Amino acid sequence: MKVRVNDGACHGHQMCAIAAPEVFGSDDYGNAVVLIEGDLPADLEAKARRAEGNCPERAITIEE
Amino acid sequence: MSVTDPLTDYDIFDRDYVLDPFPVQEAIRESGCPIAHTERWGGSWLPTRYEDVVALAQEYETFTSRQILVTAPPPQQAEGAYAGVAAPPISSDPPEHHWHRRLILPFFAPQAVAKYEEGTRDLCNQLIDRFVESGEGDAAADYAQQIPVRVIATMLGVPTDLSDTFTGWVRGVLEAGLTDPKIRLESRMKILDYFKEQIEDRKANPRENDLITTLLNSEVDGQKVPEEYVHGVCNLMLVAGVDTTWSAIGASLWHLAQHPEHRRQLRENPDLWPMAIEELLRAYAPVTMARLVDHDVEFQGCPMKAGDRVLMAFPAANRDPRQFENPDEVILDREHNRHVAFGAGIHRCAGSNLARLELRVALQTWLARIPEFELVDPESVTWAGGQVRGPRICKVRF
Ligand code: HEM
Ligand code: SF4
Repeated sequence: MKVRVNDGACHGHQMCAIAAPEVFGSDDYGNAVVLIEGDLPADLEAKARRAEGNCPERAITIEE
Repeated sequence: MSVTDPLTDYDIFDRDYVLDPFPVQEAIRESGCPIAHTERWGGSWLPTRYEDVVALAQEYETFTSRQILVTAPPPQQAEGAYAGVAAPPISSDPPEHHWHRRLILPFFAPQAVAKYEEGTRDLCNQLIDRFVESGEGDAAADYAQQIPVRVIATMLGVPTDLSDTFTGWVRGVLEAGLTDPKIRLESRMKILDYFKEQIEDRKANPRENDLITTLLNSEVDGQKVPEEYVHGVCNLMLVAGVDTTWSAIGASLWHLAQHPEHRRQLRENPDLWPMAIEELLRAYAPVTMARLVDHDVEFQGCPMKAGDRVLMAFPAANRDPRQFENPDEVILDREHNRHVAFGAGIHRCAGSNLARLELRVALQTWLARIPEFELVDPESVTWAGGQVRGPRICKVRF
C-alpha cells in the first residue's frame, strides 16, 4: 500500500499527521508531506487509512 | 419577535439557539430544504449539510470573503482613518489571498508553534494556582478566557498584562458588536489604533523574531508589503485567535465536567489525546463564518443573488449524520473524523495548529491538577453565540 497527497487539494489541516504521524508530516507552510516513499509497512496501513478518512479536502489517495 | 419556522425565519441570536443550536440545525437539515433562509440581521442563507458547507467553502469564486461576519454591516459604515485596513487573509479573495496567507503560514506550522507549548503549560498552571485551593472556579472566565489572549500577545510581542483590554476589544467586535454597529466600530478603532502604534514602534526599533517586524520586512514580487497588510494581519490575529480558542477550551471543559467516563478514558489512555481533541473540536466547533455571493447562482436549488450572505455553519456540518455516525455523541476515539471546525478550502484556519496545541495543553493541565470536577449548576452556565459559540460563565466545583 502506498499513499499520495494531491498538493493542489491539500490545505494543511494536518489531520493526516494527527492520525498517522509516522506517514505524514508538514512542510514549512503546514501542508502535508509523505514521509514514507514506496510501500508502507503493514503495521501502518490502518493508520494511513484513518488519515485518508480524516482529510477534509479528500487530498489523500491510497494505492493498494 | 419569536421564531415560528426556522426554515424561513431562523435567528442565530435567539436565546434558545445560542444555548443549543443543534435541534434547529437538525430540523433544517432533515427538512425538504436543508438550506434555510431568514430576513433577520440583514438576511442570510443557512446550509446545514456537510457536503453543502464544504462545497461552498471550496467554491471561493462564487462565495467570496468580502464580508465574513454573520450580520450585515450598516450601509455606508464610516471606517474613519482606517478604511483601507481589512483582515487579511480571512477577508481576502484570490489572487491576493495567496500571498496574504503564504506570508503568515510559516509562523503557524506544527513545528513552528511547538515552541509555545512550555509557556502555555506554565500559564495554565499559574491560572489554576489562583483558584485551586478554594475548591471552586469558573472554567470559562478564570481559565479558558485567560489563555489564548496571552499566547497571541506573546506571539505578537505585545504586553500580556493588557490581556483584559484586548479581550474587551475582541468581544466588542465578535460578540456585542455583531448586533450593535456602534460597539463594533469603536472596538475596531481601538484595535487598529493600538496596532498602528506597535507598527510605528517596530519601524523605529526592529525586533528579532518578532511577527510584526518580520512581516514589515517581507517582500512580494520584489516589493515591500504594504503597511495596511501588516496592520490588517495584526488586527486579524487578535480577533481570530482569542474568542475562538477560548470558546473551544471552555466548551470542552463544560463537556468534561459532565462526563466522568471521558475524564477516566483520557487518564487511562493518554495516547488518545490527539484524537480526543479532534472529536471535541468536531462536536463543539465554535466558529460560523459568512460568505458574500458574487453573482446570481442556483445552489442546490436555492436561488442565491449577488450580495446575499451565506452562513458557513461549520458546527452544523460537523453534526451531519450523513458524514458522522451518531453525530450528537462525543466519541473520543472516533475512527473517521473529517470535521471542518477549522473550515475548508483556501481559508482553512491558519492558526489551527496553534489552537490545537492550546486546547490540548489547557485540558491536559486542568485534568492533571483537577482530575474530578462538576458543574456547580448547569442552569447558570451562560453562552455566547452567533459568530463564535462557547461558554462565558461556567462555574465548577471540585
Ligand atoms: C479553536 C480555535 C479556532 C477555531 C475553531 C478557528 C476557526 C477558523 C475558521 C472556521 C476559519 C475559516 C474562516 C473562513 O472560512 O472564512 C479560520 C480562519 C483563520 N483563523 Fe482560526 N480558528 C481558531 C483559532 C485560531 C487561532 C489561534 C489563530 C491565530 C492566531 C487563528 C487564525 C486564523 C486566520 C489567520 C484565519 C484566516 C485564514 C485564511 O483566510 O486564509 N485561528 N479560523
Ligand atoms: S489532512 Fe488533508 S488537507 Fe490536511 S494536511 Fe493532510 S492532506 Fe493536507
